[in-house]
Amino acid sequence: MNFMASKQPENSLLGPESDSQRTLYPYVTGTSVVALKYKDGILMAADMGGSYGSTLRYKNVERMKAIGKHSLLGASGEISDFQEILRYLDELILYDNMWDDGNSLGPKEVHNYLTRVMYNRRNKFNPLWNSLVLGGIKNGQKYLGTVSMIGVNFEDNHVATGFGNHLARPILRQEWHENLSFEDGVRLLEKCMRVLLYRDRSAINKLQIAKITEEGMTISQPYSLKTYWEFSAFENPTQGAVGSW
Amino acid sequence: MTKQQANWSPYDNNGGSCVAIAGADYCVIAADTRMSTGYNILTREYSKICKLADKCVMASSGFQADVKALQKQLAARHLIYQHQHNKQMSCPAMAQLLSNTLYYKRFFPYYSFNVLGGLDNEGKGCVFTYDAVGSYEKVGYSSQGSGSTLITPFLDNQLKSPSPLLLSVQDAVTPLVEAEAIDLVKTVFASASERDIYTGDKIEIVVVNATGIRREYMELRKD
Repeated sequence: MNFMASKQPENSLLGPESDSQRTLYPYVTGTSVVALKYKDGILMAADMGGSYGSTLRYKNVERMKAIGKHSLLGASGEISDFQEILRYLDELILYDNMWDDGNSLGPKEVHNYLTRVMYNRRNKFNPLWNSLVLGGIKNGQKYLGTVSMIGVNFEDNHVATGFGNHLARPILRQEWHENLSFEDGVRLLEKCMRVLLYRDRSAINKLQIAKITEEGMTISQPYSLKTYWEFSAFENPTQGAVGSW
Repeated sequence: MTKQQANWSPYDNNGGSCVAIAGADYCVIAADTRMSTGYNILTREYSKICKLADKCVMASSGFQADVKALQKQLAARHLIYQHQHNKQMSCPAMAQLLSNTLYYKRFFPYYSFNVLGGLDNEGKGCVFTYDAVGSYEKVGYSSQGSGSTLITPFLDNQLKSPSPLLLSVQDAVTPLVEAEAIDLVKTVFASASERDIYTGDKIEIVVVNATGIRREYMELRKD
């Protein structure tokens, strides 16, 4: 009789092994990431909030990171899983550099790697609870793709995660066009981020915009958007209305 | 303490419809290019069609991540086959491989609804239709995916051979000529996108015949 056998709690779900290591629900989460292709590369925006349920616990979370020389990764969802993914990618890039053959992983390759990782974790019923945006440019070829926590992936001229899909994509569908200038791209992203700020309760007014071009990646200092709350329609909104809606 | 339920699903339905029609010396395979989740459109330009071998093309709708994984599996197996046999896989051979690959995951299925189309070893068009766990059948035409309930009855009306009691059982292939079959496919998708919210944006049509494989597109409703 093995008294040292690991004891399973009665409420354990699938699997004979201990399930205490699985992600069952996210704890500290980031909200939307929005990105688009422009003339010289990719522009990506994300705010710096890390919510703990309904509390805005962390306000200095960088949810966008450079990967290697050619790619930029933005993540929404569980922050700790994002940090884990960065560790995976660190190792990937390290081994790629160690070949020392003048070649380097481009955004397409990194996106494919991430897709495989996310899908395989989903297969094991232990997903990384993130929606990722991967953008970059290599040898003049721009690339922008996304992967969800269950492995659904695609590339497009503009992508968004979470609430961004509902609020930002329609704006981008209307106003995005080929060869946006840097200023126009930033203006468009700010328009999307402003709508998200007004309507997404987990968004905070402290964002960064990252840019990746052939020259490399730059990320802006955190800044905030101008907002307007004095619309007359919202002054005394219940006047004349039946009920409270 | 009540048993904990998973609050996420490993599956999603990314929608879309696929159609394939076999002819005497050609095969038409078509699918829309919309990828959705829930009531959102993720992208309007996603290809659901994959060339597996020289004369063998597969269109799949359902859960996109599983479809991608399935396509990769088949492509890898095809490569091994080429190394071992020094030739391309024929369409019927690929059909069996697809069935086996799907059944292999019988107890955690690929949520992928496939139609396989191409030319058999004699150059005649063939279409194979599948369910998610690999049961398959050689047919003259087929449709799968979110719009299949709208498309299949129409194809039955246009292509189904009359009762074998009246006429002797004919070949499964349609007597239509290539251009007519392509036209039928365009009509069928235009109709499906009227009523199926997951079908629309664009159709990608792949035609396999003796000269090779060619691709054409047609715009559909974007709503």
